[in-house]
Amino acid sequence: MKNLSELGLIRDKKKDYVNLRIEDKAEAKASVGESKVRAHVLVCGGTGCTSSGSQKIIHEFENQIAANGIAEEVKVIKTGCFGLCALGPIVVVYPEGAFYSMVKVEDVEEIVKEHLVGGRVVKHLLYDETVENDSIKSLNEVNFYKKQRRIALRNCGVINPEDIEEYIAIDGYQALGKVLTSMTPEQVIEEVKESGLRGRGGAGFSTGMKWMFTARASGENGKYVCCNADEGDPGAFMDRSILEGDPHAIIEAMAIAAYAVGADQGYIYIRAEYPIAVKRLQIAIDQAKEYGLLGSNIFGTDFSFNLDIRLGAGAFVCGEETALMTSIEGHRGEPRPRPPFPANKGLWQKPTLLNNVETYANITQIINNGAEWFKSIGTEKSKGTKVFALGGKIKNTGLVEIPMGTTLREIVEEIGGGIPNNKKFKAAQTGGPSGGCIPASLIDIEIDYDSLIQIGSMMGSGGLIVMDEDTCMVDIAKFFLEFTVDESCGKCTPCRVGTKRMLEILDRITKGKGTLEDLDRLETLADGIKSSALCGLGQTAPNPVLSTLRYFRDEYVAHVVDKKCPAGVCKDLLSYKIDVGKCKGCGICAKNCPVGAISGQVKNPYHIDPAVCVKCGVCMSKCPFKAISNK
Amino acid sequence: MSEKTGVAFSETKEQAQKLIEVIEKHKNENGALIPVLHEAQEIYGYLPIEVQQKIAEGLGVTMAEIYGVVTFYTQFSVNPKGKYKIGVCLGTACYVKGSGNILDKIKEKLGIDVDECTPDGKFSIDATRCIGACGLAPVMTVNDDVYGRLVPEDIDGILEKYM
Repeated sequence: MKNLSELGLIRDKKKDYVNLRIEDKAEAKASVGESKVRAHVLVCGGTGCTSSGSQKIIHEFENQIAANGIAEEVKVIKTGCFGLCALGPIVVVYPEGAFYSMVKVEDVEEIVKEHLVGGRVVKHLLYDETVENDSIKSLNEVNFYKKQRRIALRNCGVINPEDIEEYIAIDGYQALGKVLTSMTPEQVIEEVKESGLRGRGGAGFSTGMKWMFTARASGENGKYVCCNADEGDPGAFMDRSILEGDPHAIIEAMAIAAYAVGADQGYIYIRAEYPIAVKRLQIAIDQAKEYGLLGSNIFGTDFSFNLDIRLGAGAFVCGEETALMTSIEGHRGEPRPRPPFPANKGLWQKPTLLNNVETYANITQIINNGAEWFKSIGTEKSKGTKVFALGGKIKNTGLVEIPMGTTLREIVEEIGGGIPNNKKFKAAQTGGPSGGCIPASLIDIEIDYDSLIQIGSMMGSGGLIVMDEDTCMVDIAKFFLEFTVDESCGKCTPCRVGTKRMLEILDRITKGKGTLEDLDRLETLADGIKSSALCGLGQTAPNPVLSTLRYFRDEYVAHVVDKKCPAGVCKDLLSYKIDVGKCKGCGICAKNCPVGAISGQVKNPYHIDPAVCVKCGVCMSKCPFKAISNK
Repeated sequence: MSEKTGVAFSETKEQAQKLIEVIEKHKNENGALIPVLHEAQEIYGYLPIEVQQKIAEGLGVTMAEIYGVVTFYTQFSVNPKGKYKIGVCLGTACYVKGSGNILDKIKEKLGIDVDECTPDGKFSIDATRCIGACGLAPVMTVNDDVYGRLVPEDIDGILEKYM
């Protein structure tokens, strides 16, 4: 590709084809054009749906469509994530926008015969929230999507990520073209600064400022731009989904960043645990090279940019910027003190710009629509949207993108569909091992960078884990600390030794051997680690403990003083008892007990011998009368 | 270390040849070590001392440096893995839904701990970080097969398939 008009030709050629599945343009679709294609079957190929078998469903669709002789008119497209992972595998048929959920291979024949051949939507297989009386609702009216605003995820679940022309058809690479042909690097940086975009990796530093610092650093021997796709927070998968669903958006944004700061080489550092994302990214990079959108003299200008993938190898600390660069250089991924900041001395001691995936995913939209548009979304100091991976005890597990300032209640109750099994909301955890818990009393908090910091949590990269009354907060704090102890690189003492001591105390507490002084000791240690650890991992490691101590101190006290775990999680503090009033004497518990700890006579109440019981909980899960308790 | 499972190192000619090619391909790149280790592990399934030594010679890096890198990253293993690699996700979403109990059950059933391999070389267990199938939590994998929405009682049936 030599210039913008060639890009425009590809866009126009492919536009009608892609418009078929863009909801408000769906009317125009039927006006056919030269293409015979009348329907698209979109099947989610994200990791979530692939795990529940979407690949087999794609094959089955292709077979059935061929068998019915409609292969010319109906195309099967593997897309990225639709977001509603709990209902996977997901299949959406356009132009109707019929949203089939939890599709099984056996269902495919019916969808093909009835819907694609017969033209009748198969209502009983649709996601039930999309069916209203006799008509189907648009996805934008469904609770899960209604309050979302998809900017970073705009193309996920819309285009085929392995086809660069589909990306071009929806204005892909136009922003890069605009920047290279009509803007100076200073103007690009000014636009990004003006937009108010802050780093989506968690800390929330101004992206435009970071670009400016890197641009100003002297780079006679070259500069680098890097993308942090080492998404390590357990329970967070936003970046992966963006890379799986829309890899070109990241490539385009990195090229824009490289132009702005004066770099000619880029690296994407991505977890090796994300095989699908790595594969699609590689395909996208190869295609971009083939189309001349990476490489030398892009769009006929004198700007050149090359991009390579570097695989992480399973070290959480490599998500920290200096550790990430040490790892790309081929060493143990240990962080180093800042300053010097990467903007001055980064990769191989050269000025380096590092942003995370979701941050980059916003860039092309800011360039195309302008800083003013971006600024109009969000709160005073946090502009735009944030993607959250919603998980844990919530109905609609999945990926959501909300404008900054949306309340936690809206996320949990409306978008998330509430807590399953009529349990009570207890807390939400954000920021992973660096973050904290938001208790039920603060559920109306408007989420942005600053409000979360204020209550002792943080935005983090976007994991949002919902917890109900059966979650023990001491156990959760211990879980996160085990994680940090395991992932501490060992370079600085406060993190290496301090987190270990904290974990030992928590372990004592969950075993019923803690004291009230231990709680003070935890706080003292936490303060020490926060103020003296070398990198972000250590400095934030005590947060899960501090925040649970702040909001759930009574639960700690119950473990320490009463030797009880109110949520019924910490094994050493449980004792299983049969309620004689509820027990009908069916004997199911005794039959299932693996150690023979339960005895009794049929039709009379049974009894558990605590000396033999191993607290496995099988009896409780098997009892049909809920007569067994463990608290 | 390899003593742990008592499996002696052996390699085929093809493996040795492939490793030479990999080293040759990356030799002159900046930061070549980690990509080479990834590809070497692909070839051998793990990274025993013998393989690390070959890489040290090939890239001109000290053994101390290589051993330091290999043991730093959890993806690299100095122990052989089983024919069936079991991974139990201990990401937060899976953990709050009880993946700890799933892991306990598998350990009990196979009589080995995390990062170990059964004496017959058939199974090994990894406690993995989030694999991103949070919608199916709690999740385990056996090689490329994914099993979701598990309860401990499912484990016998799943392992049975690979026995």
